[in-house]
Amino acid sequence: MRTTSPTQDFVRGIWKENPVLIQMLGLCPALAVTNSVANALAMSGATFFVMSCSSVLISTCKRFIPHEVRISAYILVIATFVTLADMLLQAYAPVQHKELGAFIALIVVNCMILGRQETFSSKNNPFRSLLDAFGTGIGFTIALVMMGGFREILGVGSFLGVSLFGPNFEPWVIMVLPAGGFLTLGFILLAMGAIEQRKKTKAEQATEGAS
Amino acid sequence: MSQESNNQGHIDVDIKVENTDSPAPTDEQAPKEVSTFRLVATLAIAGALAGLLIVLVNLHTKPIIDKWKAEQLQLAVYEVLPGVERYDTFYLVDDNLSAELPSGAKESEYKRVYVGRDANGETTGVAISRGESGFQDVIMVIFGHDPVTGKLSGMKILDSKETPGLGDKIFKDMNFVDQFFAGPETPMLGVKEGAGKGQPNEIDMITGATISSKAVIQIINNALNEWKPILDKGIPPSPSDAATAEVAQ
Repeated sequence: MRTTSPTQDFVRGIWKENPVLIQMLGLCPALAVTNSVANALAMSGATFFVMSCSSVLISTCKRFIPHEVRISAYILVIATFVTLADMLLQAYAPVQHKELGAFIALIVVNCMILGRQETFSSKNNPFRSLLDAFGTGIGFTIALVMMGGFREILGVGSFLGVSLFGPNFEPWVIMVLPAGGFLTLGFILLAMGAIEQRKKTKAEQATEGAS
Repeated sequence: MSQESNNQGHIDVDIKVENTDSPAPTDEQAPKEVSTFRLVATLAIAGALAGLLIVLVNLHTKPIIDKWKAEQLQLAVYEVLPGVERYDTFYLVDDNLSAELPSGAKESEYKRVYVGRDANGETTGVAISRGESGFQDVIMVIFGHDPVTGKLSGMKILDSKETPGLGDKIFKDMNFVDQFFAGPETPMLGVKEGAGKGQPNEIDMITGATISSKAVIQIINNALNEWKPILDKGIPPSPSDAATAEVAQ
């Protein structure tokens, strides 16, 4: 069993164990709402809020939650925070709320959040759970904004609503449609896999050269 | 650090608490047999607390949300009825327009029109909102028209989930939207872009969003069909000519 430092708790979720790109969790929102950068940001923000609150609460209350009903209890906590986020977003960011629609409610079933509770918050103290949630949340944001940026630039020709290529750009509409989500994710994963493999080969060559 | 007890402490049973700073054990060391009562109690208490929290936040946010919706609607009415000073809301009660609802009736259950008046209190246009299926989901449209000439004075999409980049052009593509403000005659006819014969009731549909554009045109035509007989009976005067009779909610 390895020990992790608080810094590692925070950092690993951002890239090395990025929830979307490495762990392949939370793909539903990653595919569904990333057709523009603004939507990706709003979705990440809501998920971030829900995950941080749930992580702290569950890690604080973990000794009162019997093992047998822990999943139900986690879902209950997550669902409560999602409902709160839903109502608050509708009250204070009605435009984004309208865009995200049903996907806010679906944060409840985002397995990334439940996964963090089960594997981390239920076994660690609130401070480290918060760090872990922050790290994972930032990782999720990076993945979503990456996809949102890719799709918005190609599909609409703008970034965060700012037009990039002028009026003559012919938007690649498929990129903002659901199919574009799958394509984008596929290409991002392909690129990451290729980089990873090259690194590995280089490392192997280096060790061979040294011996 | 956080071993402080909270309000659920009274159902505390002796569970082995893991040392929080040591690495997590490889497998969950299942605690001793826990009574069914405790399982139910834990979830019940947690559920009750969650419910309470949601109710409190809802009490706070509901007025803000309702106010925002009312404002949006008000803005939309003024947008689709250009040049209107104020408007009255009339409900459809027993096939007649009425400014008042029957006592005890729920406002949301009644269809309504918004009648725009100019500075002298004369009727200048009527705004109607209606929702019907578009390509993805229901499109909510509000439009204004002149009940005498039948010409449209404006159209606004209140709510839609049409495909981003394609169907959402029904409110993002100003070339399409502006046609409804240019006073087309009704019933309108959707035509392919450039294929029109110059008739005053033609609307150029959006290439790539034919279903969504058609839906908008159809919604307006249907609404007019439904309301025309009622509006033709005559529109009642403002219930209170002195006070601005805007709906508070």
